[in-house]
Order: sequence, then C-alpha cells, then structure tokens
Amino acid sequence: MDFLIFKAPMLMVQASLDGILLGILFALIAYGMALQWGVMNIINIAQGDLVILGGYIAYTMYLAGIHPAWGVIVSPIIMYFVGWALYKLVINKVVDRDLFISILATFGIAIVFQQLMNFIFGADVVVAQSEYGTTMLFDNSVTLPNSKIFSAFISVLYAIALVVYMKKSRLGRAIRATAQNARAAKILGVDTEKVYAATFGINAALCGIAGALISITLTLHPYVGLPYTVRSFMIVIVAGLGNLPAVAISGMGLGLFEEFADYILGTEFRIGAVFMLLVFILVYRRFKLSKKREYLK
Amino acid sequence: MKQKDLILYSGLIILGLAAPFLFSAFKVQLTYLCVLIVLAMTWNLQGGEMGYNSFGNILFYGLGMYLTASVQVGMFFPLAEWTESGGEKTFVHTTAQYFQGIGVGLLVAAIIPTIVAGAIGYAILGLRGHYFAICTLGLGIAAGEIAGGIEIIGAGQGFTTPPFPAEIVDPEARGQFFYFLSFLVLVLAFVFVKYIYGSRFRLILNAIRDNEDKAEAMGIQTMKYKIVGWMCSAFFCGLAGGIMGGLIGYIDSTDVAFDGREMGVFMVLMAILGGKGTLWGPIIGATLFHFFKEGLWTFILGWQYVALGVLIVVIVVYFPEGLMGWLREKYPERFGEVIDEKDRKAQVELK
Repeated sequence: MDFLIFKAPMLMVQASLDGILLGILFALIAYGMALQWGVMNIINIAQGDLVILGGYIAYTMYLAGIHPAWGVIVSPIIMYFVGWALYKLVINKVVDRDLFISILATFGIAIVFQQLMNFIFGADVVVAQSEYGTTMLFDNSVTLPNSKIFSAFISVLYAIALVVYMKKSRLGRAIRATAQNARAAKILGVDTEKVYAATFGINAALCGIAGALISITLTLHPYVGLPYTVRSFMIVIVAGLGNLPAVAISGMGLGLFEEFADYILGTEFRIGAVFMLLVFILVYRRFKLSKKREYLK
Repeated sequence: MKQKDLILYSGLIILGLAAPFLFSAFKVQLTYLCVLIVLAMTWNLQGGEMGYNSFGNILFYGLGMYLTASVQVGMFFPLAEWTESGGEKTFVHTTAQYFQGIGVGLLVAAIIPTIVAGAIGYAILGLRGHYFAICTLGLGIAAGEIAGGIEIIGAGQGFTTPPFPAEIVDPEARGQFFYFLSFLVLVLAFVFVKYIYGSRFRLILNAIRDNEDKAEAMGIQTMKYKIVGWMCSAFFCGLAGGIMGGLIGYIDSTDVAFDGREMGVFMVLMAILGGKGTLWGPIIGATLFHFFKEGLWTFILGWQYVALGVLIVVIVVYFPEGLMGWLREKYPERFGEVIDEKDRKAQVELK
C-alpha cells in the first residue's frame, strides 16, 4: 500500500477530524429528511437543492457586506416559507400517493431549483469567507478551519433545540402524533394539513441552516444538490426514522468514509464513492431483509 | 381487425422509410425520435409492466455509448493515444474500418449491458419500490462520476467518437446512415415488445407488478423473470446509446453518456406521459415529448430546464395515468373492456 494516508499517520487524524465535523452537518440535513419522511411519507429529492438555496441566501448576505454566519438565523426563516410555499403548491398533492410519484415530482422541483439558482447566482463555484482563521493542532501538522468547528457547534445547537421543541411544544406533539397515525390524529382534532405544511417548512429551515453553514465551510454550486440528498437518504436508511443519536452517528460515519475515500481513491472519485456506498448499503440491506422473509421461498 | 393492423404497420414502416427523404432537414431530429421511442418503450417494459421504476437505465445507455466508441477505436488503433488530447486527428478510419467498427461496437454495446444487467440484477432487483428507484438513481450517477475519472476513455475531457469516413462525399449520407440504423433498432424493439405483449411473459411481469408476494406464492420464480425483464431493457438501451454516441460524435461522462439529468429522466417522463403499461403509450408519449421539446426549446432558450422541471411536476401530479390511461377512462370500449350498461347508468345517477 503506497497510499499517502498510510505513510503519514497525521493525515489520518486530519481526515478523521474533518470527517466527523462534516458528518455532523450531514446529520442535520438527514434529520430534516427523516422528519418529513416519517411524517409525510415522502422522499424529497430536492432536499439537497434546498440546502444549496439556503447556502446562497447566506452568500447573498455576504455579498451585501453582512457576515455570512448570520445566515444561520436569516436563512432558516426564509427557507421555512420557501418550504411552506412548496408544500402548498406541489407537495400536498403527492402526500397520499405512491412514493414513486413523490420521488419524480420532487425530482422535477430539484431541476427547477437548480436552474433558477443557476440564473440568479451564476454557474461559478462560490464560497463565503467567514475569516474565522484556522486552529493548528499537533505541532501544526493538523489544520482545522475554525469555520468547521463553528458549523458543527451550530448544527448540534439547532439539533438540540429542535428535539426540545418537538418534545415540548404543541406543534411538536401534533407532528409526532401525525407521524404515528395520521388518521387518528385527524380524528382527535389535529389539523394534519397544517402539520404537514409546518413539517415541510421545518425541514426546509433545517436545510437552510445546513446550507448557510456549507457556504462558509465548503463550496456552493447550483448543481451539487443531489449528493446532499443522497447523503441524507443514506443516513436515514442506515439510522432509521426518528432515531436521532443513530442519525448523528451514521452522519459522522459517512463523513469519515468520505474523507478517507478522498485520500485513498482521489478527489475525482469522491462523489462516485458516495453514490456507490448508497448502492452497497441498499444491497446489503436487501440481503439482510431477505433472510427474514426466507419462509416465502 | 387483422387487415387493419396490416395496413397500419405497413403504413408506419413506409412513413418511417420515407421520412428522411421527406423531411431531409430534420434527419438528426428523426434519429433522436427513434432513439427516444426505443428508450421509452423498453423503460416501460420494466417500469410500466413490471412495476420496477428505474432511474438507472441510463447506466446501460451510457455503457453502450462508451463501449461502441471504444470498440470502434480499439479495433484498429491504440485507445489510450486516441483519447489523449487531439489523438483523434492522428488516426483516420477508412470507410471499411468505420463500418466494421461500428457494427462490432453495437454488437458489444448490446451484449455487455445485458450481461451487466443480469449480473447486478439479483442484488438490485431484490429492492422494493422506492428503494429500487433511489438505488438505480445512485447507480446511474455513480457510473457517470466513475467514468469521468477513468483515463483511458477520456476521463473528464471527453471522448471523440470516430468521425464519419471522409471518403463518402455525399453530405446526406451520415444523417441517413444513422437514421436508418436507429429506425432498424426501433422496428426490432417494437417487434420484440409487441411479441412480449402477446406472451405469457407479460402476464408474469404484470403479476409481479400487482402483487409480488402473491405471484411468488403462485409458484412464479419472480426473481428470474425480473432479471430477464431488466436484461431486455438493457439490451435496447445499450444499442440506443451506441447509436447516439456515433450521432453526437462526442462523449462526455456526465453530460452525454450517463446523462441522468436529461435522458435518464426523459425516458421515465415519456413513458408516463403516454401511459405506463401500454404498448402504444410510450411511443405516443415520446413523439409528443419530442415535438414539444424541439418546438418549444428554442423559444424559451435558457429556461428549458425550468420548463422541463415544471413539466415533470405537472405530468406526475396531474396525469400520472398518462394519455392512454386518460383515453382508457374515457373510451373503455375501445380497449376491449366490457361495460355493464346497468352499472354505468347507476354511476351516472350517482354523479
């Protein structure tokens, strides 16, 4: 093995730290996906594009001279309404339908979003400078941008806030009730239509936060949404719906996998590796599940 | 009835054969149309009939494209030097070499994707419903990303397919050659799909779509038939890809070959637009879609993807049954469905 990463153990530390910090961010997006998948039974292919849109909101603020970190407050507010409008326009018509319909419909939304972002913000790769500097560890052999630490911290903060909100607030309880049994919730006086709209809005808001954080830690481009969708989908199917610690752990695992794949396979195969991992996870899951239904054979 | 069919089919074939001479300025568009119909029809075979909605048939399409071009070059010249920048200028195919190459290339492009479909079929087709859809979506995109990193087939800078031999001076020849090639594949695909529609195989596929567990309980080896169904799709997707590679003349990993954002969605959309699970639905859907696309694209330049996205949403949300489904609802007698007059009256009264 003459890979660089096995020769220099410090690179491993670097990759691990990068991966974990990145993974927390992925977990935040995945939590949004798990929420709307669990409540509305919809797979949202446009998830990644909502993330990128949130990132562009923060980037616009940066261009206007405001520090992009404020995006983590502004972006979710705007994105909540984007999500709400999206629900009212399209999603409410596919909630009770076949899952494939929702996949295709959100795929269409994703294409529209990509192209509109391409018109408005241009096709260049952009990044908002946070100017937080870097932290040097282990005799300057491991560099850690402070923006990554900041983003992981904010993600955790928002995740905790959301969990508390879901547990304590009236809307949170209504959302959880609808997720358990929409019909029963309806009978007991929960306005499920409102709950669905709010859920989709919260999901979009989470995407907005993640996007704002991505705009200062990684890069933005109109067409990079789909990998984020796939990452969150992967995390959700590994962790299961509504299991937050598992979402966090599998998010970090995915971050680690990506950073190591980056070093071992090369950066050009990074996205390819993510998609291949998706295929492997699904196939592994299929063989594991097929053991359970052996009696049918 | 038999006679009517005969007139219809011979009329269509004559139209197909005469089309490049009648509309000689639109030969490339007609070739596209043939390829789109083939893709929609074979997608329908497993998306509509089998109920396995795949976003990943683009995998076989791109594979066929790369294979045809690679074989066509690799048979006579070193492939690695060809794909280096400007390599295609040093080597020139003679006329005989070109046609030999594309013939063998298309053969390989049909066979290898079929084998690939068979090989991965057991693992992938065990997935149900939306997991299958997402998995195949991932496969298609992963293939594009990986192909974009492989040096010998041009990596990120693309792969120029062999140009049409310069010895043939007739300017119409290239367009006609590709048109008739694609038309031949279209006829092949139609005959094949038509044969399947009259066979037991289709009933098995429908049983899998309607209830896979029950089909299995009835003693149908569902996995075997699912894999065969997917292989049928892969065969024609590979052929279509090979033709498109030669027609476009340039292969890019994510924008031409494994173009999940365009071709990959188009084939699903066309089948749904026309009506899933019908023989003529995908053909009508593809034709309509192509006319719409070519007619409108130029007027809304720059906005075409927005229009495409909106179109997807509208079709999927409002017309999930497609055109044929709508017609079937409206004129059920034409589709051989027997209507009980009493029942119909009762329904009218209810309304």
